[in-house]
Amino acid sequence: MANILLFGEVSDKEISSITYELISAANKLKFNEDDKIVVALLSEVIPESYENLFSYGAETVCLVKNELLSRSNTDAFIIASKEVFDKFNPEIVLFAKTDLGRDVAPRLAFKLGVPVAQDCIDLGIDQDTKKVMVTRPVYGGSAIATLVFEDVETQIVIVRPKVFEPITPTENSKGEVVELNIELDEKLIKTKFIEEVVKESEGIPLESAKVVVAGGRGLGDAKNFDLLRELAEILGGAVGASRAVCDAGWLDHEYQVGLTGKTITPDLYITVGISGASQHMAGCSSSKNIVAINKDPNANIFNSANYGVVGDWNAILPAFLEAVRELN
Amino acid sequence: MLNILVCIKQVIDPEMPSSAFSINTSSKKVEEPDGIPPVINGFCENAVEAALRIKDVSDANITILSIGNKFVTEVMKKPLSMGADELILIEGPEFENLDPLSTVNVLRAAIQKLGSFDLILCGRQASDWDNALVPLGLSEMLDFPCITIGQKIEIVDQGLIVQRTLSNGYEIVESSLPALVTVTNELGDPRYPNLKGIMAASRKIPTIWNSKDLDLDLETLIPKLKLIDLKIPITDKQCEIIEGGDDEETGRNLALKLREAKLI
Ligand SMILES: Cc1cc2nc3c(=O)[nH]c(=O)nc-3n(C[C@H](O)[C@H](O)[C@H](O)COP(=O)(O)OP(=O)(O)OC[C@H]3O[C@@H](n4cnc5c(N)ncnc54)[C@H](O)[C@@H]3O)c2cc1C
Ligand SMILES: Nc1ncnc2c1ncn2[C@@H]1O[C@H](COP(=O)(O)O)[C@@H](O)[C@H]1O
Repeated sequence: MANILLFGEVSDKEISSITYELISAANKLKFNEDDKIVVALLSEVIPESYENLFSYGAETVCLVKNELLSRSNTDAFIIASKEVFDKFNPEIVLFAKTDLGRDVAPRLAFKLGVPVAQDCIDLGIDQDTKKVMVTRPVYGGSAIATLVFEDVETQIVIVRPKVFEPITPTENSKGEVVELNIELDEKLIKTKFIEEVVKESEGIPLESAKVVVAGGRGLGDAKNFDLLRELAEILGGAVGASRAVCDAGWLDHEYQVGLTGKTITPDLYITVGISGASQHMAGCSSSKNIVAINKDPNANIFNSANYGVVGDWNAILPAFLEAVRELN
Repeated sequence: MLNILVCIKQVIDPEMPSSAFSINTSSKKVEEPDGIPPVINGFCENAVEAALRIKDVSDANITILSIGNKFVTEVMKKPLSMGADELILIEGPEFENLDPLSTVNVLRAAIQKLGSFDLILCGRQASDWDNALVPLGLSEMLDFPCITIGQKIEIVDQGLIVQRTLSNGYEIVESSLPALVTVTNELGDPRYPNLKGIMAASRKIPTIWNSKDLDLDLETLIPKLKLIDLKIPITDKQCEIIEGGDDEETGRNLALKLREAKLI
């Protein structure tokens, strides 16, 4: 029997959806009947809804409540996750690539002296070696690598969000609850949180919008985003941007879609003046439908788009906007 | 005086046209594109800029450190022409396929040989393997406080204050020195080398070390995650190109098409 330990997350006093995604990912790694999925929740508040985790496939839930386990206290999470690790001695550990996970997972791995597989979009067990095999985009998404853990005792995997679908929960499942009391000495926390400045993008949050209208360098100017805002408003969607736009200061980086920006999966993603660099597509390629308006017929974006218009947005966009308004 | 170390990596230019991107399937490596020179990883240049901004306002010495194989000296000297003081290159074929764990071990060996640093700056991730792992490992190994994805770094008294980019805004954190900070492009563009900088850099000779200089046990440099396949993803999407008599009609046709497909 082996333990598969995953670190769930709590945000705004709720279990965040990434926790359920991680359980689905862990399910792909069950090799023997009796392999056990352990979900750890480390937080300053433990939501009542933790019982739901069993319905999603958790077999053990480990709760660690401590006021120092607030999001910015990475050092506290690292100390606590090491204790949880020692308690369950898992063969496989899963984290999500979130603001928190991408800091905690690697540091835990290095503490243990074991390798970590970053940003995985698929997982499985190699039939020969019984070790974890992962698939991950590299070179900004221009290439896909398959890697397998060599002879190591612990395999730590960081999972890309929004790749694994939570399962449909079964009713009234029960499991084991382990409450772990971890003493955290404030002196061990080397970086001190001072303040957080939240800059939500205007309107519907980019990550949950069903329609996203995004602009790139091809828009030429910050003020041209007004057209995109108008379009987004008519369609009940949100505005996004490429990194080039955020770097130029036309929009804040909260609007950035891509490898180092947000990952979005809207039903409709309309891009205007975006070339479709692999690092941009890394954040939006799972959109159900992609529309591209670009004057360069060879732009990479047309390889990922379902519908395309080759031409200058200056002429196309106003007519498109008008027609969309009429149709709505 | 503040002793700053910036770790940089030479990478294949991530902005090269996708048509120039190819993989050698037998060696499972990305081919170096013909005629497109490598670059310093973008976020590493941001880290150099962060160091220079500190040096702009306080007394600091900036050492640049890189591990790799087949360095292009002209490329790697850029931080010197931007205003950094020293360049250390650790070079050899054994460093070609280092995994993060080994990279950290080599960096640590080099840092031990170089002396002590108050601040280590790294890029938030390298644009080849997009790992974002080396700096976190280095901080663990050196037992330094670790602050990731810094967009603004300020030295105060005996410590530092960093603005960290978050997906919805930023947060401000504080730590003592020595510390390690990773830097993101939100910090702002790296400065262009000026003539004086270029002249100064041309007179500087990088220190070049190999694995013997660092007493490295090559056995420990074997990756623990084995690469079994590397390929270019295939996009099988068929893009339907919308046309019209003129641009306006095309724009209208696009709207009609999306309505027909029940997308709007
Ligand atoms: C490590 C790393 C991480 C990165 N992370 C991200 C990320 O998270 N998100 C991201 O977006 N990028 C990211 N990038 C940058 C990425 O590589 C590209 O540089 C960027 O996406 C380009 O933005 P763009 O498409 O707006 O600009 P460009 O590539 O300059 O494209 C502009 C497009 O507009 C078209 N155009 C110009 N004028 C018009 C017109 N009048 N009408 C119609 N079309 C027009 C052009 O044909 C062109 O295709 C990253 C890069 C690296 C190295
Ligand atoms: N070979 C290397 N030499 C020097 N610094 C490196 C090397 N590899 C990674 N780094 C540093 O670690 C950062 C993140 O790299 P990575 O973990 O590979 O994504 C880089 O931006 C560099 O600052």
